[in-house]
Amino acid sequence: MVLIHHLLVQIVQMALVVALAPLLTGFVRKVKARLLRRRGASVLQPYRDLTRLLRKEAVVAENASWLFRVAPYLIFAATWVAAAVIPTFATGLIFSWTVDLIAIIGLLGSARFFLALAGMDVGTSFGGIGASREMLIATLAEPAMLLIIFSLALIAGSTQLSTIAAFMTYPQVGLRVSLAVALIAIIMVAIAENARIPIDNPATHLELTMVHEAMVLEYSGRHLAMIELAAMLKLLLYLSMIVCIFVPWNLKGPDAGYAAYFTGFASYLVKLIVGGAMLALFETATAKMRVFRVPQFLGAALMLGLLATLLRFVSRSF
Amino acid sequence: MQGPVYFDIAHMLAGGLVLVSMMMLYQDRLYALLNVFALHSLLLTLSVAWQAFIQGAPHLYVTAAIALIFKVVVIPVALHHMIRKLGIHREIETVVGIGATMLAGIGLVALSIVVMLRVTPEADPLTREDLAFALSVLLLGLLIMVTRRNAVSQVVGFMSLENGLVLAAAGAKGMPLVVEISVAFSILIAFIVIGVFLFRIRERFDTVDVRALDDVRGRRRK
Repeated sequence: MVLIHHLLVQIVQMALVVALAPLLTGFVRKVKARLLRRRGASVLQPYRDLTRLLRKEAVVAENASWLFRVAPYLIFAATWVAAAVIPTFATGLIFSWTVDLIAIIGLLGSARFFLALAGMDVGTSFGGIGASREMLIATLAEPAMLLIIFSLALIAGSTQLSTIAAFMTYPQVGLRVSLAVALIAIIMVAIAENARIPIDNPATHLELTMVHEAMVLEYSGRHLAMIELAAMLKLLLYLSMIVCIFVPWNLKGPDAGYAAYFTGFASYLVKLIVGGAMLALFETATAKMRVFRVPQFLGAALMLGLLATLLRFVSRSF
Repeated sequence: MQGPVYFDIAHMLAGGLVLVSMMMLYQDRLYALLNVFALHSLLLTLSVAWQAFIQGAPHLYVTAAIALIFKVVVIPVALHHMIRKLGIHREIETVVGIGATMLAGIGLVALSIVVMLRVTPEADPLTREDLAFALSVLLLGLLIMVTRRNAVSQVVGFMSLENGLVLAAAGAKGMPLVVEISVAFSILIAFIVIGVFLFRIRERFDTVDVRALDDVRGRRRK
């Protein structure tokens, strides 16, 4: 009975992340439009886009290999598995014990690997540019993320996201410099990983600046729908991860009742709305960076991760 | 007054000062550098005021007020004015790349933490960590002075170094008020002298790039 309950919570979580991801993207776009004094599309527009793409015929280039057709599903699956184990409204999900933070980064890394391969597969020049830039960003963002994880693991004593989230709710954690530095660094990494504005513009198709869009230029129909949904999932994943580590209030344990889950879910929604609005505000206030400044930006994130690890040693111990 | 929350806030402010020092290393525009320096001084003011509160030492409030008036307002405004008057390039030329500079900065922070925790094992933990942070701010200020070619950004490095000194003085209980005030005023005098020198350098060489000074020395040697 307990097992069924746990499985049910896990299934709800898996369905929830997929269902919420387009809504979050739509919400961020809407807030951005309102900040620019445009009316903007409805927050439900991403759902409509996805269903339209699913109905349409998938056009595949003549010289595309099998990899081109398989890659969208692999990317989506890897991202979905990673998103399914992040504590959103409940900690201690039954599948979460199989995957810790380092494995989540690994899953996202393999999704990125397939995306870059697919970008190069058809052999157009844009795909190649996009893939090489994506790899440039990845080689800097992943070590930075790993350093952040190390500093979190040093503080919380575990790389397991559920354990970290539970640990962060203890009152004796208090204010910590290394946590503050890690928060700044993780936000910088999340911006780079999700191709948001100072690094890459998610709404552009300008040759000189696009990174993510350049790789998926050859895709259409259901393949494009999968890739787009995976990108939306990734945004939700990073936001949920930041929220569950740094604002873990009202997360419910594995054996809570349905009413408790409901309040947990409501507070998760509030956190997402606040996080999405802050992302939109930040994106509206900053200008896009030159591609060659990106290493500097991510280098700073790497240094901050290192600084967080160092400062942990002068912090008050437990 | 002791307690985890009081300690945490002091720790947070001092750590924030180190973080802002790192931000100064990252900046490559002069105006942005000055704004970050004003933020640095503001954090110093808050940190010193908090120390005054938890140590119950009213004379530290005077130090905080001096920092607020001179370093948050007067010096950044004067430097802004100076840059406008000198009409110099707003981009900062660094000796080595920003990435390498930041790496060196992290190394210095690690060094100061290691050194301070080794030398002061029996001191009060709050003082100890404050000193570790103060030493890193000081070394980062020196690093800014060493890695920048523009004389104005060297001045900013010098001022942030002095912020580190004040942080150390606030952390170590028992620094007399007279010493603090005289340090603050000697910094102000130094600032005025440097300002005069800047205009002289500019008049003479049409630039504030300190490499021009090396050339002059070289010519004399011949």
